Amino acid sequence: MSGNGDTIKPDGTGQGAPVGPAVAITGLHKWFGEFRVLADINLEVARGERIVICGPSGSGKSTLLRCVNALEEFQRGEIVVDGMELTKDVKRVDAIRRDVGMVFQHFNLFPHLTVLENCTLAPIVVRGTPKHEAEETAMALLARVKIPEQAAKYPNQLSGGQQQRVAIARALCMNPKLMMFDEPTSALDPEMVKEVLDTMVELALDGMTMLVVTHEMTFARQVASRIVFMDAGQIVEINAPEPFFAHPQHERTKLFLSQILR
Amino acid sequence: MTAIDAPIAALPPATAGMPAYVRTASAPSLAPPLLSVGWLGWARANLFGSALSTVLTVLIVVLLVLVVPPVIDFLLVDATWSGSDREACLASAARPEVGACWAFIGDRFAYIIYGSYPIPARWRVDLFFALLAFGTAWLLWLEAPRRGLGAIYFFAVLPVATFVLLHGAPAIGLPVVDTALWGGMLVTIVVAAVGIVVSLPIGIVLALGRRSQMPAIRLLSTLFIEIVRGVPLITVLFMASVMLPLFLPETWSPDKLVRALVGVALFSSAYMAEVVRAGLQSMPRGQYDAAHALGLGYWQTLRYIILPQALKVTIPNIVNSYIALFKDTTLVFFVGIFDFLKTIEVARADPKWSTPVTSATGYIFAALVYFVFCYAMSRYAARIERRLAVSDRR
Repeated sequence: MSGNGDTIKPDGTGQGAPVGPAVAITGLHKWFGEFRVLADINLEVARGERIVICGPSGSGKSTLLRCVNALEEFQRGEIVVDGMELTKDVKRVDAIRRDVGMVFQHFNLFPHLTVLENCTLAPIVVRGTPKHEAEETAMALLARVKIPEQAAKYPNQLSGGQQQRVAIARALCMNPKLMMFDEPTSALDPEMVKEVLDTMVELALDGMTMLVVTHEMTFARQVASRIVFMDAGQIVEINAPEPFFAHPQHERTKLFLSQILR
Repeated sequence: MTAIDAPIAALPPATAGMPAYVRTASAPSLAPPLLSVGWLGWARANLFGSALSTVLTVLIVVLLVLVVPPVIDFLLVDATWSGSDREACLASAARPEVGACWAFIGDRFAYIIYGSYPIPARWRVDLFFALLAFGTAWLLWLEAPRRGLGAIYFFAVLPVATFVLLHGAPAIGLPVVDTALWGGMLVTIVVAAVGIVVSLPIGIVLALGRRSQMPAIRLLSTLFIEIVRGVPLITVLFMASVMLPLFLPETWSPDKLVRALVGVALFSSAYMAEVVRAGLQSMPRGQYDAAHALGLGYWQTLRYIILPQALKVTIPNIVNSYIALFKDTTLVFFVGIFDFLKTIEVARADPKWSTPVTSATGYIFAALVYFVFCYAMSRYAARIERRLAVSDRR
């Protein structure tokens, strides 16, 4: 496909990329009121690496993603994205968000804007890209997710799978260094899961750094550099896909895998 | 239980090779029964569907027969259409039944529209009405070209033009007309228009303030909204006309009309704030998430994502507030401003037109005028609502 597979190294860096990890999370703790949702999270994501995060619901996977682009605040610990430490400073937060694309479970497209406008809004408004240039980029990316013919439609006129692909294109329009996917296929009808996963696989083949929360274990096996298993707000196990599925170490991991892999 | 437990083999087998039924001829096309279509069908379904419905239908018909003819008689058949003073509208031996005295409205029409605005300068009011009508049509007609320009015209050009025209600008040869002379429909429209134009932006700011993360701003907005909403408009007007001068330096004692305008604008802003807040609250969190994740800041998110959607769903409620506001403008006459209703009130007390039907005619006329304005707004809102419903269905 459009991928240039030879630039991908299991956990290495792309050519000419800046040094240092894409994301470094150290000693992260988060509470919702009294309730501890994240505890002592340590995770370093190298450039070009594809991390799949799985775990039972309520284990803090989504919250972890949302901390990385400051959609959630955290109380303790440190997150460094692309060399920038995440602080409460608004400018810093905006700078990090510009570099981190996010795809949501429920797409969260803007219903009052056309597909094309969904894609061009942030480049025009946030990056100051000229309109025609932003539209060219958006059309190219919509072609890449294989729905250029839907550009003039409104999100509600599309199927779920198409909407999620628009959401991916929209995030890519900001030319992010890291893409995060928060259960991107959980809200889709079964026959639409594949088209979204295919898009994500292509993205992986192109060398994108990806953080993916998903229960699609086939996708994880196929694409992930490492799989992170979380339970009760903690990282229980991190391993490459082969050993992760073949020889899970922790009891919780074994139980989880036995429940989802029938 | 037994059925479920029975082995699948026990189910009757399908007849092998033979379809159970094959249609050989298509069904004949019968016309629907006469009583279910056309006006007969409609009447049966809607007017005489049940015993209660039949009774109500009959009652309403009787009521209409009793009420409508006398009303038509009064308003049209027995009405007086021309005349120069009360003589025209008095009962006489030749004319025992006297209906509405439209001649009175005709005679005092200019006063009802302009109040005491100087006659040689009334073209300025006419021009203002024309400019306002033009701007309103431009803004409300959703398919109109260059609506962005229309908004600038309406919210920036029109207020300045209105001030220059109505108040006057000696520099360009328009003598100043004191607001004490303004009256009638002119004042009603000015008060309503100022309330309508000012209340939306202030209402939006207050609604945002009430949802702000910053406690001080939230507290101030909430206090303002709740205090103003907790007080009748008439009180706000009295406070504006009596207390405002106390707060301001003596040298700058605001005009009576301006004080009322401030009162009405603040009052309607507080209501508008709650209407807008409801719209803001209807926005799903995912919209904020997506906008923030793309790097849009607070104001950018509001401007491009939240407000366009929130205001769209709020349009019917906004128009509702506008209708209430339009009718509430009548209260300014308690602080000595001659609005539309007050001019009718003054006109009907004029001995020149003192007849038994003058008051009724004046009030009926007032009611009709208010009804036309409010009904037009309501229809417009309903149309928008239908449009939105269609675009949401897709």
